[in-house]
Parts: sequence; structure tokens; C-alpha cells
Amino acid sequence: MSEHHIKLPEGSIEKQTTTLNLGPTHPATHGVFQNILELDGERIVSAEQTVGYIHRAFEKIAERRPLYQITPLTDRLNYCSAPINNMGWHITCEKLLNVKTPKRVDYLRIIIMELARISDHLICNSIVGVDTGAFTGFVYVMQYRELIYEIYEEICGSRLTTNIGRIGGFERNFTNAAFQKLEKFLNEYPAVLKEFENLFTRNRIFMERTMGVGPISAERAINFGFTGPNLRAAGVDYDVRVHSPYSSYEDMDFEIPVGSTGDCYDRFLVRNQEMYQSISIIRQAYQKVQEFKGAEAEIFHADVPEYYLPEKKDVYTKMEALIWHFKIVMGEIDMPKGEVYNSVEGANGELGFYLISDGGRAPYRLHFRRPCFIYYQAYEEMSRGSMLSDAIILMSSLNLIAGEMDG
Amino acid sequence: MVSATKNSWKATESNNPETRPAKSQSIKMSLTYDHIKSKLTEKFSDQVTNFEELYGMLSFEAPKEMNLKVMQFLFDEPDLNFRFLTDLTSVHYPDNAGRELAVVYHLHNLVDNVRVRFKVFTDINSPDVFTAANLFSAANWMERETYDFYGINFIGHPNLKRILNVDEMDYFPMRKEFPLEDQTRIDKDDDMFGR
Repeated sequence: MSEHHIKLPEGSIEKQTTTLNLGPTHPATHGVFQNILELDGERIVSAEQTVGYIHRAFEKIAERRPLYQITPLTDRLNYCSAPINNMGWHITCEKLLNVKTPKRVDYLRIIIMELARISDHLICNSIVGVDTGAFTGFVYVMQYRELIYEIYEEICGSRLTTNIGRIGGFERNFTNAAFQKLEKFLNEYPAVLKEFENLFTRNRIFMERTMGVGPISAERAINFGFTGPNLRAAGVDYDVRVHSPYSSYEDMDFEIPVGSTGDCYDRFLVRNQEMYQSISIIRQAYQKVQEFKGAEAEIFHADVPEYYLPEKKDVYTKMEALIWHFKIVMGEIDMPKGEVYNSVEGANGELGFYLISDGGRAPYRLHFRRPCFIYYQAYEEMSRGSMLSDAIILMSSLNLIAGEMDG
Repeated sequence: MVSATKNSWKATESNNPETRPAKSQSIKMSLTYDHIKSKLTEKFSDQVTNFEELYGMLSFEAPKEMNLKVMQFLFDEPDLNFRFLTDLTSVHYPDNAGRELAVVYHLHNLVDNVRVRFKVFTDINSPDVFTAANLFSAANWMERETYDFYGINFIGHPNLKRILNVDEMDYFPMRKEFPLEDQTRIDKDDDMFGR
């Protein structure tokens, strides 16, 4: 080699692999996070994930907020199923405050939580479809997610970040319109889900794109702290709703679908089956709600004057209600001292709240156990050796929500 | 490919014996807190302290250099079997001289469905705690997050760097010496953005 040759930077000749930045904003990542992939041809040699682009310091903010003001923060964790986060937070507070909710409230909560689970699974599964090249399913099921959002809207007035419910129950009773929409959903949705399944489940292209892609063994999944559908797809029947029932889930009769290989196809199937189970749970809960008659049918919150805002007309006319209203709004209520860990089965895993109170007006420390954050670290191990396009399916099939990851 | 199990634990036809609740015949836990307590005291005598049951969860504490030994014992011992790390985080108690930072582990025995909370306390001036990342892969990022916000130095961690904050940050924002903005401050023009 003579000196006339162009001098390349050191090491660049020896480098056999390509580095590819997938993200932070890439249409296929469905959220703001970055993947630095090391590729040999089209095969992934290693991956490094970077998160934190939308970190909003919820845990810090929560240290200055009274309990009811933290609910909107939880909305923004997994925004595809915000009601589950809200309910999880309320249930955590109720555990700390020793509040016993009436059965009707529990069943109404179950209805809302299962609707949220369906909408979350719907998005996840249809996005897996989109990433394998099938757009139809995504567009088709969107109108039923819309219907679910309309039900939320009837109940709490908002759609995506719901801030639904209060400590002790709901802010108002469900309207007839809400129940009518729920009935419409229950009548129409199973057929739609069946059709959605027909599009994918035995679809040759879909199967070839997802089977054996990004598998994980049960043992590794447990070690990686997987929960929710991702863990169940690997063959472990762990479900918070059954293992530590909350909100009267013990009254419901349902099955936990489990997969065997933990690959993208199994995750898809598990989510689909869970949607059927959710429909059945909603039916049972709705039936139980309808069994309440007379005054019982009007109960929509527990009796916790310290935390549940009194009705407006009482505030104007009754001294006690006015005092509580003032104290709640100004956040002047000291909560009991204690340490609580409480978890609910979020749509993509065990959503935990670790709440420490030192007897003050705001939590001393609040930590969210965010399932996404914990299982995204397995992405490297799961994607190693697979093709680039498989890594993208894997990412959507894990149901990674950037909002939840960054906390 | 997908099978289903009934939500009552009595009917568990096992297709994965390792992870299936083998011993438990009903939803009641067969592993009691008393048993865990006696096992730990037997093994570590008075090193493991402060047993308490808060809101239905057993909580205990060990010296910080013992954290791995205790967790390994909980992991390996056949009838304890705490093989799932649910959560790992830290708490700052600025008034506890010499033990300002607590590292809190939530461990879960999936077979018997028992959870415990395990704490180690450390001095804020030398916040060195052994990493659990080799025992639980899940601990990797959780420890990075804890380091990021509290500055706990996890000894032996494979990749201890910030995860949610920017790399250039030179403080640990979740510590109590960084309060949020005082909501009663009056030196701001609140005409437009009043609170």
C-alpha cells in the first residue's frame, strides 16, 4: 500500500457490522425511544436501547401533591389503558386509608378496567398486524376502540387520559346512556373480534412473520421480571387478578390463557383470548350490577368524607360538606402513616404502586412499578440473531408504551 | 398452542411444572411469614432485623453488605423460592444520620404467592450496595433507574449509567434536598399563568 491511498479512520476497515439508529422518532417504534442496532447484513448482532425521552418526573411531582391530584399523573403512564392506572391508584389509596368499597363500585370498576384492557390489547394486536403488513385489521377495530372511548366519555367526560373515578368510587353514577353503549359494545364486539381473529390467526403470512420470532423461555421471562400477557405467553399462569384479587375479581369466573413458546404469535393469541375473557368478565360484572335494586342501585362511592368530594348541592347548603370540600381541594388532609405496595393487572403487566406516607398531606415517596420499563430490557436478548423486520414486530408485540416506560 | 387454566387454583393441570403452583392446594398461602422469619433468623441470626408486617406484607432489613447473601438465600432455599423481583427502588430519609438512603426490594414467590419487602440502608456519603443484576436480570435497569435518581452506587453492575435523565446531569434529582417549586411563592408574575 502506498501513501496515495486515502487514509480511513482507524478501525473502519475492520468493522464488519453496520450500526443503525432505529428511533428515537421512527414510525415503527410507536413511541419515543431509541434502539441502536448493530447489524450484520440484516441480522441483529446486538441492540442497545435508550429510553427517557419523555421522562416527566411523576414520582417527584407526586411528593408534593395530595392523593387525588396524583390520579391524572397515572393517566399518562400507559395511556392506552388509562382507567386501569387510575383504578390501581385509587385501590392503592384505599388500601392505605383502609377504605372498604361497596360491591357495586367494585363491579363498575371491573367493567371499566376490562374495557380498558380490551382497548389496549386491541391496539397492541392490531399494531402487530400493521407491522406485518396488514393494515385492515387496525382500521377495522378502531371503531370499537372509539366505542369504548365513548363509554369512558359518558362516565367521566374524557377519552384518552381519563382521570376516571375517585378515591372510594366514582364521581357520579353511570348514566343510562353509558349502559346502553356498554350493551351495544357487548352485542357487537364479539363478532368483530372473531372477524379480526379470522384475519390473522390462521393467516399464512401472519403466522410466518410471527411464529418463532422473539421467543423467550418461562425461566428467562421470570428472571427478567415479565408480567402480564408477555409472561403468560411464555407459559406462566401468573395473573394479579387471580393471585391477589382486588376490586372483587374473586367473584368473577374467568380463565387465564397461557401460551407455550413466548414468541410473538403466542403473545398475539394470548391477548386475543384475554379479550374474550374480558368480554365474559364484563358480562358477569354487568349482570351483577343490574341485580342491585332500589337504593342499592344508586351507590357509586364509599363513605369517605375525608377524600371523596361532596356533592355540589351539599356544599352550598351543608356546613360539614363545605368544610370537607374546602379541606380536600386545598389538600389539607393528613393521611395515615404507612407503607403500601399494591398492584393491579395492567393491560401489559403488573402495575404496582409503592406508596410511603409519613403522615403528611402528600406521599413521602411514591414509586410506580411500570411493567414496560422492566421488560424492555429483555429486548436485546430477545432480538439478538433475528432479522431487522422481526425486531420491529417484536417491539410492537411486547406492547411497549413510551409513556409508561419513562414514568 | 394456547391453553387455558381455570382461575381456581385447585384445577391446575400442569404443562410447566417448574412455574406452576405445585404445592398450594388452595388460594391460601402455604408459606407463612412466621416460617420465613424463622428461616432467616436461623440462617443469619440477628443480622436480619426489623421484622414487621405493614398492610399485610412482611418487611425486614439487613446490613447493606448482606443484601446479596440474603437475596441469594431467599432465591435458592427450596421452600422459600423468592425468584421474582417485583420492584427495586430507593427512598431518601435525610434525617436518618448514617442511614439516609434505603434500597427497597420487593420479592415475590410465585409458587406460594407470597410477597416480601426487603430493605437495606446506606450512608449517603458512601452509597455503595452490591448489585442484584446477576441474580435477577430485571434488576439491571431498575438499578440504573435507582442510581439515576438517588445516586446509589451498585457495585458490580454491568452498565451503571443514567437511564431516564441526561448523561450530563451531575446531581440525583429524587433526593429530598431538591424540593419542587414552592407553590406559595409570590415573586412570580401570575397574571397569565397563575396557580
